[in-house]
Amino acid sequence: MIEDNSLFGPVDAAPNAGDVAPPARVGFFTDTSVCIGCKACEVACKEWNGIPEDGINLLGSSYDNTGALGASTWRHVAFIEQTRPRPDDGHEQVRWLMSSDVCKHCTHAACLDVCPTGALFRTEFGTVVVQDDVCNGCGYCIPACPFGVIDQRKGPAGDRNVGLAQKCTLCYDRLLDDATPACATACPTESIQFGELDELRVRAARRLEALQNAGRSEARLYGEDPNDGVGGSGSMFLLLDEPEVYGLPPDPVVTTRDVMAMWRRAALAGGALVAGAVICFLGGQP
Amino acid sequence: MVPEATFTSYYGRPVLKAPSWHPADIAGYLFLGGLAGGSSIVAAGADLTGRPGLARTTRVGALGAVTLSGLALVHDLGRPSRFVNMLRVIKLTSPMSVGSWILTAYAPLAAGAAGSDVLGRWPRTGRLLGLGAAVLAPALVSYTAVLICDTAVPAWHEAYPDMPFVFVGSSAASAAGLGLLTAPAQAEPCRRLAMFGGLLEIGASRRIVHRTSFVAEAYRLGRARTLLRAAEGLTGFGIVGGLLGRRRHWLSRLAGLALLAGGACERFGLFEAGMISATDPKYVVVPQRRADLH
Ligand code: SF4
Repeated sequence: MIEDNSLFGPVDAAPNAGDVAPPARVGFFTDTSVCIGCKACEVACKEWNGIPEDGINLLGSSYDNTGALGASTWRHVAFIEQTRPRPDDGHEQVRWLMSSDVCKHCTHAACLDVCPTGALFRTEFGTVVVQDDVCNGCGYCIPACPFGVIDQRKGPAGDRNVGLAQKCTLCYDRLLDDATPACATACPTESIQFGELDELRVRAARRLEALQNAGRSEARLYGEDPNDGVGGSGSMFLLLDEPEVYGLPPDPVVTTRDVMAMWRRAALAGGALVAGAVICFLGGQP
Repeated sequence: MVPEATFTSYYGRPVLKAPSWHPADIAGYLFLGGLAGGSSIVAAGADLTGRPGLARTTRVGALGAVTLSGLALVHDLGRPSRFVNMLRVIKLTSPMSVGSWILTAYAPLAAGAAGSDVLGRWPRTGRLLGLGAAVLAPALVSYTAVLICDTAVPAWHEAYPDMPFVFVGSSAASAAGLGLLTAPAQAEPCRRLAMFGGLLEIGASRRIVHRTSFVAEAYRLGRARTLLRAAEGLTGFGIVGGLLGRRRHWLSRLAGLALLAGGACERFGLFEAGMISATDPKYVVVPQRRADLH
């Protein structure tokens, strides 16, 4: 059944997917103001989830030699070097922004909405997970995701999930055992915090307030608002600059918000085709 | 004109992941699926108005096109052997799911219609199957527009009001082209259909390409621009050639070829523009920033 907020707007993710009496929704709060760029999260994620190596390169982008999230990169630490004048004396100063990015586990997840096989599903924890034994690698989720998170695993040859769509599972297997996801466990500064989403929202708001009170007016939250274009993320962030500086879309909207309008346009066009064809065959010269 | 916008990005890297779809498979599928559906409509019209020659070639064309398009789809899968997983569920939010079911229902009908015609057996059943295929055809040719628009790809998503009209117009023009190419003596309705479909394709496509939006620029760049211009030229030639070719079958045939080529260029051009808009972060960041202001 498609109800008012099934495709857009604030809802509770798991009950919206039909789960009766699910546990509390969980997620991440990544506080980038305390990230030290150690990449322990990237390593722990790869280790725990058995993700293959996907390129050992020097990318020329500060200390980021990972590049972006992808089929074999489920945590990605971004490094941004900025030179800007110090507020007090105008002296040029370098600042380093670091942020560990991850799948947003959207409340309205386009990847899941468009998946034709049901391989992508909403777990009882409100997270979004690919079932490796169901996915047939059609690739539709890839351009559907407004964050550029999910991708098709291209190699290495012999890896059991080559050809399939892959992304962060929020350590579904660990959650089932009441364990904290690997990245949050490994993070030495508690930049990555795992917990119940409601509680994380409170924590995030408190942290934002503290930073702003300390004069860090550039601090802002990202993904915490249930009224945003994806109904709020399961992974929220505290950022110290505009989202796009970190490679995040500033105001993403789940594509399926418009899918019913799209079907209506398609129906209209289909009707026009039938009418046109009838006239072409019946009208004019024999 | 939309003023050039400033924006920031993370080392110029894309915000989105561009589709992993191979253009030959998926743009090819968009074209062939459209050709199949359009041909089934022409075949039904020809059948009902007593044009057996045209009915036969378009029935066979529909079967050929839908077979090739299905193969292209399966070929593009990361796990082709799991193709049947498409039929595990029915999801209205997934145009690919809806499309898989449409294809599954359509293909046997198209096969039955073509088979009965070519073998000369069970003509009444064949006619019914052909009419069934024509009933499903509008869904087959228009759902693919929803398929590409229901993505975060900026150029495709914002074009969703017009995209289905390009697709149905282009399908009609391609099918009319097939009729002109293979049965010029009976293709009178195809001349009109080429005009109807071709003009719809050109008009709707122009609305997309010349939209006053920052993102529409992607349709006017590089290979997208070349292909879309070629599409318009070929389709335009096909329309005129069809109308002037009543007594010159060679011209009809040439017009038919041009319409088919134009339809293919249209789909590949639209596909390419989507790729351009997905790969350059500015097409994601700038419009989202603009929306912020409102
Ligand atoms: S961020 Fe992308 S991959 Fe993750 S749940 Fe949202 S749409 Fe799906």
